[in-house]
Amino acid sequence: MDYNERISNVSVLGAAGKMGSGILLLMAIEMADQGLKPENKGKPYVLNAIDVTSGALPGLMKYIRTQVLKAAEKKVVVLRKLYAHRADLVDNGEIIEEYINDVMSIIRPGTRLEAAFESNLVFEAVSENAALKVKLFTQIDTNSIVKPWYFTNTSSVPISGLNEKAGIGGRILGFHFYNPPAIQKLVELITIKENPDGMKEFAHELAKSLKKIIVPSNDIAGFVGNGHFMRDALYSIEQAEKLSSEMPLHEAVYAINKVSQDFLMRPMGIFQLIDYVGVDVVRFIMNVMDPYMSNENLHSDMLDKLFDLEIKGGQYADGSQKDGILKYEKGRPVAVYSLDKKDYVPFADFASKTDAWLGELPKEVMPWKNIIRMADKDAVAMEAFARLKVLNSKGAELALAHARRSREIGLQLVNTGVAASAQDVNTVLATGFFHAYGPVNEFVN
Amino acid sequence: MKPRRKIYMVAGYNTISMGTGRKEFNPKKERAGLEEYLKEAGQGTLQQIGGAKNVDEGVVGNFMAARFNNQGHLGAFMAMIDQGLRYKPSLRVEGACASGGLALVSGIKSVLSESADTVLAIGVEVQNTVKAIYGADILATAGWNKRRKDGHAYFFPGQFSDRAGAYFQKYGREKTRLAMARWYRNAIENARLCTTAQEYANVTDDLDEAGIAEPNPKAFTDFLNYTDCSKVSDGASAIAIVSEEGLKKAGIPLKDAVEVVAVGHATDDITSNPEDPTVMSTIREAVKIALNDAGITVDQLATIETHDCFSIAGLITLESIGLAEPGKGADFILEGNTSRTGKIPINTTGGLIGWGHPTGATGVHQAVTVWEQLTGRAGDAQINIPADKPYALSINMGGDDRTVVAIVYKKTM
Repeated sequence: MDYNERISNVSVLGAAGKMGSGILLLMAIEMADQGLKPENKGKPYVLNAIDVTSGALPGLMKYIRTQVLKAAEKKVVVLRKLYAHRADLVDNGEIIEEYINDVMSIIRPGTRLEAAFESNLVFEAVSENAALKVKLFTQIDTNSIVKPWYFTNTSSVPISGLNEKAGIGGRILGFHFYNPPAIQKLVELITIKENPDGMKEFAHELAKSLKKIIVPSNDIAGFVGNGHFMRDALYSIEQAEKLSSEMPLHEAVYAINKVSQDFLMRPMGIFQLIDYVGVDVVRFIMNVMDPYMSNENLHSDMLDKLFDLEIKGGQYADGSQKDGILKYEKGRPVAVYSLDKKDYVPFADFASKTDAWLGELPKEVMPWKNIIRMADKDAVAMEAFARLKVLNSKGAELALAHARRSREIGLQLVNTGVAASAQDVNTVLATGFFHAYGPVNEFVN
Repeated sequence: MKPRRKIYMVAGYNTISMGTGRKEFNPKKERAGLEEYLKEAGQGTLQQIGGAKNVDEGVVGNFMAARFNNQGHLGAFMAMIDQGLRYKPSLRVEGACASGGLALVSGIKSVLSESADTVLAIGVEVQNTVKAIYGADILATAGWNKRRKDGHAYFFPGQFSDRAGAYFQKYGREKTRLAMARWYRNAIENARLCTTAQEYANVTDDLDEAGIAEPNPKAFTDFLNYTDCSKVSDGASAIAIVSEEGLKKAGIPLKDAVEVVAVGHATDDITSNPEDPTVMSTIREAVKIALNDAGITVDQLATIETHDCFSIAGLITLESIGLAEPGKGADFILEGNTSRTGKIPINTTGGLIGWGHPTGATGVHQAVTVWEQLTGRAGDAQINIPADKPYALSINMGGDDRTVVAIVYKKTM
């Protein structure tokens, strides 16, 4: 079965979810583009958008239509060539409309798993629940006439276990997109030794077509991305708790968030990132990973408390940020949740005091949006850290300790065989988390 | 055309050229529409000439409000600008991006025919109502519709990219691209001196570097960058076209007016392609007529406002009007001749690339800029007008060198 045949009938499970909808969008566009090539003319392409939440499907289709419109507007130069044979389509507007129709006509939304029984490729993006995943794979495989390949988007569950429990003969690999899948370049690829011939190569070919960068990860819970993120998050929570002997916990959370964003030159602070992913999701991933980590305790009481108080973060359907550990106005954090007060405390009430306590941000440490545009980011980061090292301030001290811990986590991922190299860890943080410099570097030591 | 009667332009007014580049521009928020632009520009001129009572006729130059704004019948907006214009004759004229120039021609003819002593000429276009990719469909109607299907997604950038490609092949790519980048730099540096310019607040450090970036054919055209293109703009410009009587009635001293000494108005077959893409033959003919009728040569011009919808159009125009030999346009630019301190300063407030290109308004905007320069009103953008060079030229083009209005102006004192 060649590439084109493989993607001629595809199903996405959990299609209405945050990750599923992005994967659906990418595949719909890729399949439509293949179908528009002269050599594939007349070949049918089917993309099943399967989700148990029937009510979410109309919204999903609307979302896909809006996104395809945006994509079409961006590539109208290419589309005019693809539709050159259609004399009836003259204006850009007509061509864009036709392209949207062509993409949408591939998608079959529905709630029934039966639709996947004819698919050659099944993307799984349901919730991070191993038993549910196994149940779905088993059900499809028992009934399927084509014995499909399964691409799971799990960010933490080991693939081998899923393979064994579902009894699907090695036809599964981890193809882990980052949120949002349509934008983030990174895909973590987790293959297992039982994979049939050609499966890994197909995964690479697909990633290339979707303009994704693949970083391989070994089949160890959490893989590279969450392997770093979860430990980085736990470290930050511990640091905040430690600081709470000097200031109220919510102020410490603010301080650590600021250090991780402004001093470490990251796109967002660590607590904002936890909110972005979702307090509940982070907690869940830790729970999935924890049993596999014999010498570590991947667990946070603070996250449990927040979860019990329904402080969850995550995003609304339109992609805007829900309140979590931090409270947001127009996407920017403005207040922090206090577990003592059971309410948000505005930054304005204490930030100037905490900022003074942290000390001034030296000019060598530039905002993330500046460093990310520089050609030689490592050189800029090196200069920034050289300055932090001689700066006698709390902020610099916390930043250096955090950067060193981040490096240690990166090295741990290499030493335990999760990542093949330090370079791979750095690529994951650069492409999946938009960091300006990789954690495994010499300049933080 | 050489006017058989003394004819002047006075009381020019430009609105801001609004669009990307202006800090206050936000495509997601509601913005001023045709009505506001017409009102601001029209009233701006009326205030300088003693009000609507002194106006005999009105003319609006506009390209495609019918599609950008779902609005036709623009001549009937005159009385909205000022109730004093009710029941006075008014019309709208169209010739693609030369619509503004045609409004001037129409007004000049009215004054020459003695049906009017004062004509209020306004050019207007509000284009940011649609995204650029759909605006390209609308602007493409300035070309022959039967050729649209084979054209580029961005139709006119595609047309002029083809001209650039042909020019590169004939005269070499490297130097030409350097000259196009310099054209961009001149445009932005001039725009930074004019508060109404769309690129007024441009803060790019290295303009040469921005201009010389490699084009990306996948996203745009083969041979042009965005820096080679005029802006997508909302804006209006107005000016009064008057006889000596009109000038007296408005109580404006002669020194505050510019004289219109000749008009060259030429068109070519919209269904035909340029015979030689490295030449702008309609511009050549229109300018030849204007200079002949004015009885001057290009060397007597103190400044030119030219239709640089694309940098390559500006470059080829230099050759087509005789400022540079064929193939030497790039050298002419790179030697600094067209800069504001050069031999012949061109587009002194940024032109279409720097000031902006509200299509139907551009011809009138050029006249306003010339009037400002020749009467010493250009503020920070003021250039020196040598005593032995009291003339200026404006070149306004519609489509790909299909309709051209060239006007020669003279300083009055």
